[in-house]
This record gives sequence, C-alpha cells and structure tokens, in this order.
Amino acid sequence: MEAFTTHTGVGVPLRRSNVDTDQIIPAVYLKRVTRTGFEDGLFAAWRNDPSFVLNQKPYDVGTVLVAGPDFGTGSSREHAVWALQDHGFKVVISPRFGDIFRGNSGKAGLLTAQVDDKVVLRLWDLLETEPGTTITVDLTERTVRAGDGPGAVEDSFDIDDYTRWRLLEGLDDISLTLAHEPAIAAYEQRRPTFKPVTA
Amino acid sequence: MGRTLAEKVWDEHVVRSTEGEPDLLYIDLHLIHEVTSPQAFDGLRLAGRQVRRPDLTLATEDHNVPTLDWDQPIKDPVSRTQVETLRRNAEEFGVRLHPLGDLDQGIVHIIGPQLGLTQPGMTIVCGDSHTSTHGAFGALAFGIGTSEVEHVLATQTLPQARPRTMAVTVTGELPDGVTAKDLVLTLIAHTGTGGGQGYVVEYRGPAIEALSMEGRMTVCNMSIEWGAKAGLVAPDETTFTYLEGRPEAPEGADWDAAVAYWKTLVTDDDAEFDKEIELDASTMTPFVTWGTNPGQGVPLSASVPDPDGYEHESDRVGARKALEYMGLEAGTPMRDIKVDTVFVGSCTNGRIEDLRAAAEIVRGRSVADGIRLLVVPGSVRVRLQAEDEGLDVIFKEAGGEWRGAGCSMCLGMNPDQLAPQERSASTSNRNFEGRQGKGGRTHLVSVPVAAATAIRGTLSSPVDLEPFETPRPSAPQDRTF
Repeated sequence: MEAFTTHTGVGVPLRRSNVDTDQIIPAVYLKRVTRTGFEDGLFAAWRNDPSFVLNQKPYDVGTVLVAGPDFGTGSSREHAVWALQDHGFKVVISPRFGDIFRGNSGKAGLLTAQVDDKVVLRLWDLLETEPGTTITVDLTERTVRAGDGPGAVEDSFDIDDYTRWRLLEGLDDISLTLAHEPAIAAYEQRRPTFKPVTA
Repeated sequence: MGRTLAEKVWDEHVVRSTEGEPDLLYIDLHLIHEVTSPQAFDGLRLAGRQVRRPDLTLATEDHNVPTLDWDQPIKDPVSRTQVETLRRNAEEFGVRLHPLGDLDQGIVHIIGPQLGLTQPGMTIVCGDSHTSTHGAFGALAFGIGTSEVEHVLATQTLPQARPRTMAVTVTGELPDGVTAKDLVLTLIAHTGTGGGQGYVVEYRGPAIEALSMEGRMTVCNMSIEWGAKAGLVAPDETTFTYLEGRPEAPEGADWDAAVAYWKTLVTDDDAEFDKEIELDASTMTPFVTWGTNPGQGVPLSASVPDPDGYEHESDRVGARKALEYMGLEAGTPMRDIKVDTVFVGSCTNGRIEDLRAAAEIVRGRSVADGIRLLVVPGSVRVRLQAEDEGLDVIFKEAGGEWRGAGCSMCLGMNPDQLAPQERSASTSNRNFEGRQGKGGRTHLVSVPVAAATAIRGTLSSPVDLEPFETPRPSAPQDRTF
C-alpha cells in the first residue's frame, strides 16, 4: 500500500447524510472479479442527474469528498472504497462513518477523516461559494485546511492511532500479522476440540 | 468486576494483545460467497500465500444466483464468471463449497446455522454485513470487507479494536401477531441508523428469551442496520435444542463438553455495559418503513410522517428526499399504500418458520389482482422442507411464485429486481434507494404483514383480512426441520 502523509485536492461537497454503500455503488456493479474498474458504478443512480455535484466542473476532478453524517453505512462491500478510489478520491471527510466502510478504507488506503458536524457545514459553504477550492489533509498533524479569508476552514480530524500509523508507513496488514505466526500457532494448539470444522 | 457475554467471547479469542494496537483475534469460522471473495483469493495468489485453515472455511453461492432455471448454466455472463471464479478458487485452495444445485447451497447466513456450524462462543466472519445473524447463538459474528477476507484466509485472524458494549433489554411480551421483525424495526426507528455505531450489542430480557432461534436470528441480522458491529443473544435451552443433532454439531462427549462451556456464556450479574437501552415489547405493533433507510419506520396503523415535524434539519432534509424517492405524501395512512410486489425471503426472513407463517396466512386465499408474490426460500434445505410440507402448493395456488434458494430480490444482483417506481413490501433488511432494483421503492415489513399485503394489495396485517365464511382446507402436517 502507498504511504499517505498529506494530500491537497479539489473538495467536493456532497450535501447528503446516510449515504449507504448501496448508494456509493449499487449491487449490480459488484460483479467484477478484479480490484479495479468500479468507477462506472460510483453513485450510479445520481450520476444520471446533470446537476449532481460530480457532473459539475470543477468538482468532477475532485479528490476530497465532504459528506454528511453516517457515510458508508450498510453493506460491507469494499467495492465502495475501490469505486471512490477509481474515481480519484484520496480522502472522505464526514462527521461519522459506517464501521465496516471505515475499516475497509483503512485497508485500501483511502483516508477517512472524521470531523465535527460544524466543520462539514463550513466546508460545504466554502466549496459551494468558491468552487474549485482545494482542501489540504495532513495525516501527520491530523488537520484539514481549506481556503483563506473569512470563510477559511482549519480544524483537526479524528482517526485511530493504529490506522494512522499504518497509512503513514504504507504497511500491509497481512505481513504485520504473519510476523506473529508463532502466537497464532500456539493459540491453535489450545483451541477446544469440540469446535466445528468444515473439512 | 464481571464480564459481559461479548467480552467473554472476545477474551477467549485473543491471540495477541499489545498496548496501542488492536487485539489480534482468532476466527473460528470464515464464510465465503462469490461477490466479496474473488479479489481476496487473487491477493493470496499474487503474494504466494495459502489458505491457513481451509478446514475452518466454508463457501457457497448465494448473492447473484438465479432463482429460476437454477439447474441451467447462469445466463448473465458476468454473474456466471463470478460464480465460476469462486468454484476455481475453492478447488485451488481446498475450500469446501456448496455450489448451486448442491443440497446445502443457500444464503450463507441460513446454511451456517442449518448445518450446525454456527455455535455459541465462536467468532464468525464473512464478507457480508449481515453476518451479525449468527450472533443469535451467542457467537461474536460480524461482517468484513474484502481486504479482511484476504487477511482471514491467510492468517485465520483479524486485528480488531475492542468495541464498546451495549445492552438492549426488551421487557414484556410481544402481542399476538407481532414478530421479531417488528421488534427490531421498532428498535431501529428508536435509535436511528447510527445509534449502534462502535458497539457490540447484547439483546436480552424476557421478550428476547421467548423468541425462537429463527426470531433471534431476525433480530441479530438487523444489528448492522442501526450501525452495531455485532448483536448477540446468550445461548440457552432454546439454542441447545436447535443445535442438537445437526450435521456439524458436536456429538457424545464433545457435546457434553460444549454445552458445559456454552452455559458459561452469559453476562455476569456484576458486569457493566457501556450503554443500556430498554424497550417494552408489550407496546409493540406491526411496524413498516416509509423511507429509504431502515430507521425511517412507523407502526402500520400510523401515517407517512411530515418531514417538517423533525427536530433536526438533517432529518427534515433526509425525510423530504426519502418521500420524494418513495413517491409518498406526508399524512397518507400507511394502510392506504398500494404495492406491486411482495417479496418473502432473505437472510432476515427466509427460514422455514417464516415460510410456514406466510403460508398459514395465504392458505385458501388469493393474491390480489396485479400483485406479484415472490417466495424465495433461504436455502435448498428450506425449499425441500417447505415442499415436503406442501407450502409451495399453497403459495402457487394463491397465485404466488415459488423459487429456488438465494439472496434474490433482497439486493437484486440476479434477475429478481424491481422496475423503476415499482413498489414492494419486502421481508428483507434494507430499503435503501435502488436496493431492490434501480428506482425501486421498498417497504420493509414482517412476514405476516407481507403475506396479508399480498392478499389485499395494500400494506396490511392479517387482522385486515376477510374472515373465511367456510372452514379452510386443513393445514399441511407440521414437521420439525
């Protein structure tokens, strides 16, 4: 996984709450067996609407998505993360994320920055008043910064220490775990024999 | 201080625990299906890794499989590729697979319990958010993403941050005609879709203890719909009776050892939960959703709510968008809403008990003109059991469609979909925009409400049905499954 330290890109205001993963990518787009190519399914139902934010310039080249609370709830599909990444998103900012989506993002290298509700409201206003405004997300300092002047936004975001460290170092989870193989083998030795097996 | 049930199961599975890092948890059972696994197997191949414990792994085909002509090659080439990829991966990595056509094929969360593989005190994961279903047995079961599927395949473990714990205590007794589904829909409307975020929930109290295993599975299944990581019910005699004699349940001395252990899986009297909620089952009624998330629900006897009545601006905006999508007007009585399709099935309500309940209401009646009733058993064994009991005939004589096993219209990955603006009453778990087909409008309901709605054509409960003037033909013989 590529290491993530800081990212600056055009912010996209998604004025919606409860954006579940069925909205991010509907199930009919989940049939690929590859890890890429999911861009065509991203927000598929809304993309038909010319006024949808991602159909507007300059938001169409945005890389930092700013969404309302409960982003990524529902289905466990990691395809939601891949679709966002395939489109070019590096960061999603929201006051609250679905647990599985947040976990998946951390594994795949998409940064989920959890901020206060008010920060999202201010970012939405700024991005809509001044389309094309870039947002800088600094994972080392855990800050988001956008704009200058009276509407400027600078605030901190939350992310758990372990995910932050892994993203900063670009570490692969499986390798980290396999370093503890003796502990896994020792655990297997003491598992009760009545536990079921499939083989 | 004592521990909660969830904490006991967690502690039992910690392989490694270090300050500042998530615990490394051992996984007792890894369930796999065709949609969220191909990229995980591909990752293993690229890294030259094996499946560490194929003997703790089970695969089936459920999400995209057709429920008609299921004995023929799958017509949709993309779905076929996905299923064939799973078959190749299962073969290459030595994973047991129950493919389409196999007697044990079915929705992954139906077949685990049915086989007796789902047992108290286990850790169970699957690349599917409704894995919480297995919590009904006192297992710690949760959905994971594809990267985590790969992680479990390679290591049989998962790094997991210790979640907070919550108790949902349901006192009293559910009134007649009110089901586990109504209970959980009432709960979600109360908490909102994010109310459980970060928590492992234990459902407890007399109303939960009184539920059958099927009912407990329905409740635990929908834990994710209010954001909870997992939902558990402490195992008891109901659990042990359900499990005894199932193909993969322990036998003889192992059974005795297992039951002795399972009986310790209760929350200690002096344990503390991080949060507690209490609900009274005796006040509950048939409950249905009007909006586009499972928290947007009201009693069937109520009306579509007025968005302006919500306290928070974001709720008002959400409600307005939902009503627009659903094509509904505030103030319309829920019972006046006409549907086009009724779907009975899914990992929420696709078990034999559900089909029996639906058949009992439909028996001797006819589906309303212009209504499509789709009955999709959760597994092949459920289908065969239902056919053995003559339930299929009841549905077909009433004008319903009887299908093969799978996830079907719950998520519309196969041909079973709603057309744009088509409206369903569905026993499934999600009413998200487009969930059952692009532009489709979903009302989540219990099995009795679904069956009564199919007869009347508008959202209804069995009390709305005309009584029979002459006695109905006798019920098919009830057999245990």
